[in-house]
Parts: sequence; C-alpha cells; structure tokens
Amino acid sequence: MNPSRKRRIRLVAALTAALLAASALVYTSFSAGSDEQTASQLLDGAVAGRTYTLAGTVKDHSVTRSGGVVWFSVLDPHKPVAVRVRYTGIVPDPFREGRGVMVQVRRQGDLFVGEKDSMVTKCPSKFQVAPPRSSSSPAASIT
Amino acid sequence: MATVGRALLIIAFAVALYGLGASLYGAFAGGRAWVDSGRRAVYALAGVLTLAFAVMEAAFLRSDFSFSVVASHSSTTTPTFYKATAAWSSQEGSLLLWVWLLSIWSSLALALTRRRVREVAPVATAVLMTFGAFFLMLTVFWANPFQTLAQPPSEGTGLNPLLRHPAMMFHPPMLYSGYTLFSIPFAFAIGALVTRRLNAEWIVSTRRFALAAWLCLGIGIVLGARWSYTELGWGGYWAWDPVENASLLPWLTGTAFIHSIMIQERRGMLKVWNASLVLATGTLAILGTFLVRSGILDSIHAFGASTLGVPFLILIGAMVLGSVALVVWRRADLRSEHQLDSLLSREAVFLLQNVVLVALAFIVWWGTFFPLISEIFTGTKASVGPPWFDKYIVPLAFVIVALSGIGPLVPWRRLTLASVRRGFVIPLAAALVTWGALLLVPGAWAQPKPAAFAGVVAFVLASVVQELWRGMRARQASARESAPVALAGVMRRNRRRYGGYVIHAGFAVLLLGVAISSSFQHAKDVSLTPGQSTRVDGFDIKYVRATASATAEKISLGAVLDVSKGGKQVATLRTTRGFYPSQDVTQGIVGRFFGGESESQVGLRAGFGRDIWTVINPNLTPLAGIIDQGNRTFARAMTGIVRGGASQQALTELYALRDQAIAAVAHRFVSNPWPADFRFIVSPLATWIWIGAIITFLGGLLALWPAPAAARRRVTAGYAARVARELARTTQ
Repeated sequence: MNPSRKRRIRLVAALTAALLAASALVYTSFSAGSDEQTASQLLDGAVAGRTYTLAGTVKDHSVTRSGGVVWFSVLDPHKPVAVRVRYTGIVPDPFREGRGVMVQVRRQGDLFVGEKDSMVTKCPSKFQVAPPRSSSSPAASIT
Repeated sequence: MATVGRALLIIAFAVALYGLGASLYGAFAGGRAWVDSGRRAVYALAGVLTLAFAVMEAAFLRSDFSFSVVASHSSTTTPTFYKATAAWSSQEGSLLLWVWLLSIWSSLALALTRRRVREVAPVATAVLMTFGAFFLMLTVFWANPFQTLAQPPSEGTGLNPLLRHPAMMFHPPMLYSGYTLFSIPFAFAIGALVTRRLNAEWIVSTRRFALAAWLCLGIGIVLGARWSYTELGWGGYWAWDPVENASLLPWLTGTAFIHSIMIQERRGMLKVWNASLVLATGTLAILGTFLVRSGILDSIHAFGASTLGVPFLILIGAMVLGSVALVVWRRADLRSEHQLDSLLSREAVFLLQNVVLVALAFIVWWGTFFPLISEIFTGTKASVGPPWFDKYIVPLAFVIVALSGIGPLVPWRRLTLASVRRGFVIPLAAALVTWGALLLVPGAWAQPKPAAFAGVVAFVLASVVQELWRGMRARQASARESAPVALAGVMRRNRRRYGGYVIHAGFAVLLLGVAISSSFQHAKDVSLTPGQSTRVDGFDIKYVRATASATAEKISLGAVLDVSKGGKQVATLRTTRGFYPSQDVTQGIVGRFFGGESESQVGLRAGFGRDIWTVINPNLTPLAGIIDQGNRTFARAMTGIVRGGASQQALTELYALRDQAIAAVAHRFVSNPWPADFRFIVSPLATWIWIGAIITFLGGLLALWPAPAAARRRVTAGYAARVARELARTTQ
C-alpha cells in the first residue's frame, strides 16, 4: 500500500477512536453528573430518591450532634431559605457554622439525608481568632 | 519597611517591562547589546524581588501587624517556622512567591544557555519577562503584599490551623517551582517557533528545566497528599478536588513531554507533538495558578472569589491563541524527519504512552471543568465525583504502569523475536508468578484487579532490575570492577536513562500502594467512651483514656487508644482535635475559645504491612451549659471592672481567672468523659505510597544530576554533529 495512504488510514482510525472515546466520556459525565442545587431549588423541585449536590452556607446556630449524626441547615446563597440536612459520619475539619459546604443529599420528605463522606467544606483563606488570652498567656497543661 | 517593599515591587515591574522591551528590540533589530541587556534585566529582577521577598519575610518574623498581610495570616503565638512560611498562605504573598521563583529560575536558565540558542533566547527572555510583568502587575495594582493598616492591631489573626503542617508549608513553593520551571521550556518553545530554530537545540537546552519542573511539581503534589492524609481528618490522600487536579494537569502533560522529546532528539520525529505538548503544559501551569484564585470552581481549598480572574483569563486566552497560531504558522518547519518504522518499536511505545497521558489529562480537565461545561449546555451546574474519575483513570493508570515496564525493553526502530526473548521472558515470568501467587490468597478471586495490578508492578520492577543487572554485567566485563562499583559506574555514566528506570520502579510501587490500600481498606466510624473497644479488620482498638490541654494557641481534646491483635498489643495511638479561638465576640468571653477553627491531629501507626489510622471528633455539646455559665459570669465581672475604671491589674487578674476556667472546662472531657466519635481506618500497604514517591524522586534527582565531564563531552559531540546535519538540511 502507498505509504501516504497508509498514514492517512492510520490517522482516520486514530481520530475515529479518539472521537468515540471522547463521546463516551461526554455521555457518562452528563449521565453520572450530580446537579448542583441551592436550598430553594431543592425545596422547589427535588425528587425523592435522586441524588443532588447541595451547595450553600451552614446556617448559624443550626448545628447539633447526636451520637455519630450531625444535623445542620444549609442556607441558599441568594434567598433567605434553608434546608435541614442529616449527615452521618465524621465531618471535615473546616466544617462549622457560616462555612460554605457542598454535600450529596437525597430527599426524604422535608428532610435531606447527606451521603456519608460526600461533604466538601470550603477551607477559609483567612480565619478570625481572639486576641491572646492574657499578656502572660499561661499554657496550662492539664492532661 | 512597607514603603520599601512597595517601591521594590514598582522597580521590579519597571525592570520586567524593560527586559521585555530590550529583548524584543534586540531580537528583531539585531542588537546584541540589547539582547544582553534584556538578559541582565532578568538577573536584576531576581535581585530586586529577592529583596522584596526578604522585606515581607522580615515583617512576618517580626510580627509587624502594620502589614495587612501579616495581621491577617500570622500572630505572635504562631510558631516561628510557621511565621516564616505563612507568607505564602495569603493571596498576595503567594503571588510574590510565584514571581520571585520565576525570576530565580529564569535567571538560572538564561545564565546556563547564554552561549547557546542565541537566536531563541531573546524571544524566550521576552516571554519570561511577560510572565514576570503580568504577576508584578497583579501585585502592584490588585493584590499588594505591602498594603498597610492605618491602625495596626495588637495581635494578628494567625495562620489557618489546617495549614500548620510541615508538608503544607513546603507544598506551595514546590508547586510554584514546578509551574515556573515549566514556563522555561514554554518560553524557549515560543522562541524556537518565532525564530524558526526548530531543531532539537532548544529541547536539549531546556530539558533539564522540564525535568526539574516535573520533579518539583510531583513533590508538591505528594506533599499535598501527605498533608491530606495526616491532617485533614478524613483518612484519604486524594479527592479529585479541582485544586488538586489543577496541579496534576501540567504534571501529566509534562510527563508526556519529557518522554516524547527523546524521540525528537534521537530521530527528529514528533516535532508538532512536542511543541504542542510543551505549550499546553506551560498554559496548564498558568491555568493551575488561575484556578485557585478565580473562585470559578467550588473547591475545598480555593482562595475564594477574587478580582484576579479576568486578568488571568486574558493571559490564558492569549497563551492558547498564540500557541495554536504559532504551531499552525510553523507547521511546514515542524515536519518529522523520519516515519515510524514499526508499531512494535520504542518510538511506538512512547507514542502510545503519550496518547494515554494526554487522554488522562483530558479526562481530568473535563471532570474538573464539568460544572462549568454542564452549566453552559444545560443551564445547571453538575459535578462528577471520584467514582467517575476512577472509572477512567484506573484502567489508564494500569496501561501507563505496564508501558513503563515495556518501554525500556523494546529497542528503537523495530522489535525482533530475539529482543523479545532477551528482554521479556524474565519480567513476564515475574508478573505471572506474582499474579498466580496472589490469586492463591483466600478471597483474592473476589477482587482480581489488585492481584493483576501487582503482577504488572512485578513486571515493571523485574524489567528495571534486569536492565540494571545487564548494564552492571557489561561494565564488569569491560572494566573488571566489583558489582557495586560497576552498578554505580553504569548509573553515573547514564544518569538520565537509569534515573528514568528508577522513576518507573518508584511510580509502580506508589501506584501499587494506592491500588491495594484503596481496594482492601477497612474503615469504621464509631462512638466510644473510655474503656470501650471496637474491632476493625481484626484489630481490637480500646479507648483507654481521654486527654485535654489548654495552651495560648489552642485547646486540645483527645484520646489515647490501645491497639491489639489476638491479645497481643500492637500500638498505642494518640489523636487530638485542636480548637482555636474565634474573634467572634458574640460567642462569649469563654465560648469563643471553643468556637473557632478546629483541626485534627491524626493518630497513625504506619507500617510496611498496613497503616492503622484514627481521628477523634469530640462532641462539645455537653460543655454548652458550663460555657454559657462561664460567659455570663465573666461578662458580669468584666462589666464591673469597666464600671470601676478598668484598671490593668484587675483586667490581668480577670484574664488569669478566665484562663483557669477555660482549662477547667476542657478538663471536664477527662474527669467526666462522654462518648466521642472516632474514625478508624486500616489500610494495607499505604506506606508504600510514600516509599514509592521517595524512590521516584530519588530517580528524578539521579536523572537531573549533571553528567560527568567525559560523558557530557561525548553527548555534546554527538549533539553538535546532529545540529550540523540539521542545519545542512535546512539550508539546502
């Protein structure tokens, strides 16, 4: 076979394979992708049993713990609306009230149940601490 | 001092602009003096920025809170090591670090190449100065690290507790070194394309910088993973987070580039591919820098939304358009000198490996940017999680590891039956024996993939050992040296080749650790009180006692745990959770010491066989009542002191009482312990991830180390002959 024709056939075959692989990638990402929703979007249209990515801010004074279960409310970034989330397991270290979070949830009535280990908490670029306790700042080790 | 720092930044910006102009004028008007002046401007830039960086460091070490960046990222209670490294925890400081490293590496590159690539270097200098001017423009006009406060606070806010880890302190300088070092081959590639000097000279001149970039970026990525494993309290080392992915992207394309340039050097092939790869790698390095500053993607550790997104987008857009235009414009000059002789050749293996690496990079890019892509096409942000990434990355990683073993065994140009017999028999036997032996382990059939992967790793290790053995034997035969001396000699004479083999072995070990630790990991979340036990993967873990401590820096509540197996004590684990004070006064005088940031100190027993890992998450709810009581009591006392004239002595006594009260509250966790939540993880071979990384980076250092003078002379002579051939061809 003519070498240039051979090269052209190879190129077409390689490009076809790449196109097919890319199509599979696009298809699976759209079918496996979890919709990122705000609290108000979830309250308006979340279907029971389907997984959503809830994004928002942890509402002040909403975090309670009982055994290994953490309850908290996630605020919509644009509206004064929040949804209550029940989350089981260890939460990320930066998790706290006022912090941005993303968590995979499923609807159960008015409640949303977080999937274990699905929570991402935004790490703050700055954080606020109090002034030192006193000028002498005793380091009382009481262990 | 802030004025001095600001003045130095403005001078540096002017120097960068001068270097850019002088280099371009020298390159296109033919003035050698201007070219030399442009190069010296880069040295001057490095000097000025070193001074500016020193000013910022001095401010951090002196806790000079008149600097806004110091007040918001350090404090007097921050340990000195973290004071020195807190500079790059801020947006402003990290930008200054980026441009300072760029100036240092650019100076080194231009000094080493000043007598070579004389036509290419001026344009490369202009490109490097463009990057320098861009980042200095950001620090001068948008994110000034020398911003001052009109009323400096008496105390700073301190370094984010999560960042108080040695790995995290070295992680940014290593990543930025990787990014800035990759800008050097990028700049020389632009120079080569503009000046049509597209032989292998620019590659030979900058390949050491590409390798150094790959090494630094790799070290940065591994340090980030180690930090995640030992600090973040979730037990993992990789989460496919956008910021992690941002550093992986240039590393993947950089790995492809480091391999494919060997084909151009040896056979004059893949010129378009190499130019495209290095241009893509340089652009991805800037993209990585942009991602953490833009806030366009939700990430665990983005710097948050800022105004820097638009300038970065303009730069990246210009880099992409300019790169594509240059490659298209010079496509006639980028034609390969040879064709692929056979699909069974080392060139073909390298090409396949390159295609897989680029496919990996594309998958990571697609998954990372999928929230934006889906929003464009569907109007809704959607994200893909780790299972989606794993679905594609795992099989391709399998192929990459296999190719890293096959590549060194396949000769250039064509594979023959004799070379198959010579090279493949022992590694294949090692793979089959390993695979077969692991399948005999009870339960292995239920998860056959890890056993198959271990077989591939055995293939890679056997191929590397075989190559080292053959090299050593050949040298022993010719030089009559002892085995260790011959091995050292052969590795010393061809550091790039053998360094590469060591990298392949280390990387295979690293991925074996990833595969086994993630496939056979046992994790358990459980609530325990002192005296109670739980069982994880056959290990009995007993919560022996609670611990508590209160220091000026933080309050720590923790646990001592006893790990045993079959009645025999295996380890004692200590884990704590540190609570840092908050400045939110609404939390009360006592409450704010429990209401700030918190971070975990992991209890880890690392071993060659398995890691036993734990964190504690103490529930502070039982302390709420006593904290409220403390808040009320001290608020009343404080009001009384203020009404009575607020004498310093009374305040000091009140603070001392408050400290005692805080220590007593924390002590309740020990004296009246209540259930605490724990996560326990037993991961087999997790330590081999870090051992594999160390082997990989030792291999990288070996490959990077300059060759002995005699060997260098031989290579230079061969290279000179090749350049002469190419020049003769291009002038015909």
